[in-house]
Amino acid sequence: MELLSNLALGFSVALSPFTLFLAVAGCFLGTIIGALPGLGPSNGVAILIPLAFSLGLDATSALVLMTSVYYGAMYGGRISSILLNIPGDEPALMTTLDGYPMAKAGKAGDALVLSGFASFFGALFATIGLMLLAPLLSRIAYQFGPAEYFALYLLAFSTLGGIASNNQAKAALASCIGLGIAMVGLDNQTGMPRFTGGNLHLMDGIDFLVAIVGLFAVAEVFIFIESHGRGSSIGVKLEKVTLPVRDLVRGIGTMIRCSIIGFIAGVLPGAGASLGSFLAYVGEKKWRGGDKSGFGKGEPMGVIAPEAGNNSAAGGALVPMLTLGVPGSGTTAVLLALLMTLNITPGPTLFTDRPEVVWGLIASLLIANFVLLAMNVPLVKIFVKILTVPAWVLLPGVMMVSFVGIFSLTGSYFDLLLMIGFGIIGWLFRKLDIPTVPIILGILLGKHMEDALRRAMILSDGDWTYLFSSGIAIGLWAFAVIGFVAPFFLRHLIRKPQAITD
Amino acid sequence: MRSDRLFGVVVILCALGYAWGAFQIQTSFMSDPLGSKTFPLLLASVATLCGLVMILRPDAEAEWPDLKTLLNVAIAALVMVGYAYALKPWGFLIPTAICAAILSYQISPRPLPAALTGLGLSIGLFFIFKYALGLGLQPFPKEWLG
Repeated sequence: MELLSNLALGFSVALSPFTLFLAVAGCFLGTIIGALPGLGPSNGVAILIPLAFSLGLDATSALVLMTSVYYGAMYGGRISSILLNIPGDEPALMTTLDGYPMAKAGKAGDALVLSGFASFFGALFATIGLMLLAPLLSRIAYQFGPAEYFALYLLAFSTLGGIASNNQAKAALASCIGLGIAMVGLDNQTGMPRFTGGNLHLMDGIDFLVAIVGLFAVAEVFIFIESHGRGSSIGVKLEKVTLPVRDLVRGIGTMIRCSIIGFIAGVLPGAGASLGSFLAYVGEKKWRGGDKSGFGKGEPMGVIAPEAGNNSAAGGALVPMLTLGVPGSGTTAVLLALLMTLNITPGPTLFTDRPEVVWGLIASLLIANFVLLAMNVPLVKIFVKILTVPAWVLLPGVMMVSFVGIFSLTGSYFDLLLMIGFGIIGWLFRKLDIPTVPIILGILLGKHMEDALRRAMILSDGDWTYLFSSGIAIGLWAFAVIGFVAPFFLRHLIRKPQAITD
Repeated sequence: MRSDRLFGVVVILCALGYAWGAFQIQTSFMSDPLGSKTFPLLLASVATLCGLVMILRPDAEAEWPDLKTLLNVAIAALVMVGYAYALKPWGFLIPTAICAAILSYQISPRPLPAALTGLGLSIGLFFIFKYALGLGLQPFPKEWLG
């Protein structure tokens, strides 16, 4: 019954007219951002954080607004995947595999409606899962000492580098770069500057928002300049939108299975939504009879599966983010950055100290889901219009918003130059196939990870075996090693489907 | 192949530089068993290892654009740097219009739509930022406003 009273508290926050307005506005904005080709949940949320911050909203309102944008972008991402074959971000890639063939076969409306329902189901499932699981996990999290936290951070990096990437060395390198950047600035323990080279701007360290906007948004501008916006606004026309009842009924089992898979993948720290949609798609293909199932050739179930998995994973990723402070995906890393900017420390104490924030957020997510279903099924035609925004208007706009956002946040030229620098690094790394999400995660978690290690060493007076002294710590270390090494052996068994080209 | 190997060498050099930087960190009288150097040194050694792996087992060669496109990207970066410096002294409208127009032209080389994009974005975004979001932006250079 504790759950009900908590929910009542949450709805009392979320149902205030202003919060409700923010949730609806966030959903709308998020769906637009998701639908825009070349703008996905992570970079969309990233460029909005500085702006949301300078609006001067209180913590709960800002959080409700941005998570609505996040959920909205997850929904909206399917529109450009299905109609243009352009995934807004990596998790949406799986949706293009069957969505685009469906659209080419004249069933774009069906694909959009089915994926809308699948998104709704997955997100709702995950929000309920979050409600039930997060308080339990936060109770376990109380038993975490510095040794366990260090192992947990390691687990996040190793799953991100192992399962979620193509090349372990490159992902591990990206993590090291991020962690290395986090070391810049004053040392927490001794108060002495590190790696500043005597530069006063670097004393405070490098602002993670500068890095995020640079790596995600500015890098995107360079990519489009390189490709001249090729393949951006040729797409499939959307005819009449009807409700494909038969496919919907047939897909209920798919939705349930894929939501469960997605949620579990989302809860794993570091794995996140890409893994969720991938496993859901591959698993459902196996379930429906492998190659005979018609997956990849415009099978409706092939649209339902990844969308349910993807949205469920997006919600699941909020569980470790809120209870342990370890994000499960690129976008939740961005949301963690938002929490840190708002001076909210995620972790087990969040649930006891600031219940109105957590439960207000959960209640808003429940409301947002229904709003998004309404926006994305009957009103989907409005958002399809967004797709006609050409890249040569969109990308300069994205860049201006990034600049003004960072400038209004920090007011320093140095940060703007740093942001451009990160943009160039992001572009270069994309060319070299080095993932950038571990860099963000490293910058966000670096100080915490080092602190955990140092505090563990203070407690044990420098004895390294203390890191493996509890059952939880050993378990986390084991998972970290398995998560990093397993893909070496599984790579032959599971192949990532590649994007289809015309 | 080649770019991965080259990058691996760069990574190792950077990691060595980072390690050298870590040894330069001043320690104070208050210190913990681990100190402020160990974790950075740990990172430098892992990064070195990754660099070695990239040299020994490189991926297939990355697709690099031709020289002209690279030049375009470099120009875009320079324009952004210029924009960063122009934003405060020149006000919002003029630098934004110019910079957005150049970037738009670089994505799709048609002068008129690019110029209109620049103009439209600068005016439209100014109104959104100034009046909808309430950010304190200067529309024009200070001297013009007296």
